[in-house]
Amino acid sequence: MKLLVPVKRVVDYNVKVRVKADHTGVETANVKMSMNPFDEIAVEEAVRLKEKGAATEIIAVSAGPTACQEQIRTALAMGADRGILIEHDGVLEPLAVAKLLKAVIAKESPDLVILGKQAIDDDMNATGQMLAALLGWPQGTYASKVEPADGGIKVTREVDGGLERLQLKLPAIVTTDLRLNEPRYASLPNIMKARKKPIETLKPADLGVDVSPRLTVLKVEEPPKRQAGKKVGSVQELVDKLRNEAKVI
Amino acid sequence: MAVLVLADHDGSAVTQPTRSAVAAASKLGDVTVLVLGPRAAADSAAKVAGVAKVLHTEDALYANGLAEPLAALLVSMAPEYSHLLAPASAAGKNVMPRVAALLDVQVISDIAGVVDADTFVRPIYAGNALATVKSADPKKVITVRAASFDPAAAEGGNAAVEAAPKGEDPGLSNFLGAEIAKSERPELTAAKVVVSGGRAMGSAENFHIIESVADKLGAAVGASRAAVDAGYAPNDHQVGQTGKIVAPDLYIAVGISGAIQHLAGMKDSKVIVAINKDEEAPIFSVADYGLVGDLFKVMPEFESELAKK
Repeated sequence: MKLLVPVKRVVDYNVKVRVKADHTGVETANVKMSMNPFDEIAVEEAVRLKEKGAATEIIAVSAGPTACQEQIRTALAMGADRGILIEHDGVLEPLAVAKLLKAVIAKESPDLVILGKQAIDDDMNATGQMLAALLGWPQGTYASKVEPADGGIKVTREVDGGLERLQLKLPAIVTTDLRLNEPRYASLPNIMKARKKPIETLKPADLGVDVSPRLTVLKVEEPPKRQAGKKVGSVQELVDKLRNEAKVI
Repeated sequence: MAVLVLADHDGSAVTQPTRSAVAAASKLGDVTVLVLGPRAAADSAAKVAGVAKVLHTEDALYANGLAEPLAALLVSMAPEYSHLLAPASAAGKNVMPRVAALLDVQVISDIAGVVDADTFVRPIYAGNALATVKSADPKKVITVRAASFDPAAAEGGNAAVEAAPKGEDPGLSNFLGAEIAKSERPELTAAKVVVSGGRAMGSAENFHIIESVADKLGAAVGASRAAVDAGYAPNDHQVGQTGKIVAPDLYIAVGISGAIQHLAGMKDSKVIVAINKDEEAPIFSVADYGLVGDLFKVMPEFESELAKK
């Protein structure tokens, strides 16, 4: 089974983002960037499938500026075999990324694509589903367990009330939830080895994909600030405030 | 303009997040609600204020909410509607992007505001910024953040219930089974009061301290990611960027430090109470009332104080 794992370069999850003064977006210059946490889980799952003998090759792919090579190298250091960078400066919406991935899939013919369930910058939670739609493949979103079974795959999904299990025909799309696994750290020797693994660079035009955004961002603002609260000295005072001041109990 | 809302339901009634989606849809045009499941759920949708029409089918093809047949059905219905909405629940987030891609439009996820028919407000970066976006697509496919819209009233409507069209079965996936947690407590995303525990709870057994206070308040029980990862609480209790987004009247955070990702799920609550022994914990910067103390002492005291009238 050949696996494709898309990874996204995002502002590190520990960074408290700042809205730009001109309200055009958030400050991303001189901010620590990392691989989207859900994509690390996707890479880890792919590597585990390969370690179990269920997968033969793992291709890591990223779309965005040249610097996305860093995130591809991270995936290679974790155990992916080769990388593809789709180089593009400017906004890439999930629909555009899904179309780019579809074009890469036409060339590479993977059996399974594992994506993160959402990127922590745009919080869209859409690319995997959109890619599945464009390919006409089944989708197993918010996966907390993935097992090859009966010529297809069995996916356990995290849904609102608990868990559900699906059987999907291959080829298929899976998106990862936090509970799927604990991603490994790349070891220094593996980081060194990853430098020798190949990364192919493509442009959206090479793939024949129009990536113009459909959404125009009119403004980006800070959410309303909460009023400073107060510390109370005792449980009695707390209950009194909740009953008589806030009137919420 | 006609607007289609895909309903979530519990088998007998549409959910509160569905009524929030109806409230958002009402700002856009005449609301038709699609209910897939028992007739009782369709009848409950027909009573929701602001609903003009209900389309209903109990076809087994849609019984388990599989994305592939459901998306095919919604796409077949799409020509009659300018907007297709669903609550931003696990079910809505699973199917709506698939629908959008099949229609070649960009989905607009988790909207927190409607500016006009093309313009919407949505949180980005774990709720640390609000983006106002204008869609150039001919049709809008949207999921709605329930916590941001007051739900349409459950009573007061009188819509006609008609048969939904019959869709194709793409035959790509099969439903094997589900383990849905049964709870007597209110649903987390709809509760007026939520009591959440964090890593400081220390064990799954200790979570009964939270549950017992929650029951006194008629509250739902939530948890931070740390508490879920440690196995103290089930996954579907998680409040945060990757869990549920809640905005109750009262949110009580017990032993939760207040990481960005947790705040993303609860900082729109009307009143926030933090109980934490670390007075430097970031949760205190968003809490209306903070109590610095050991939760194992504070919570039993809190419970007995609640019992006094």
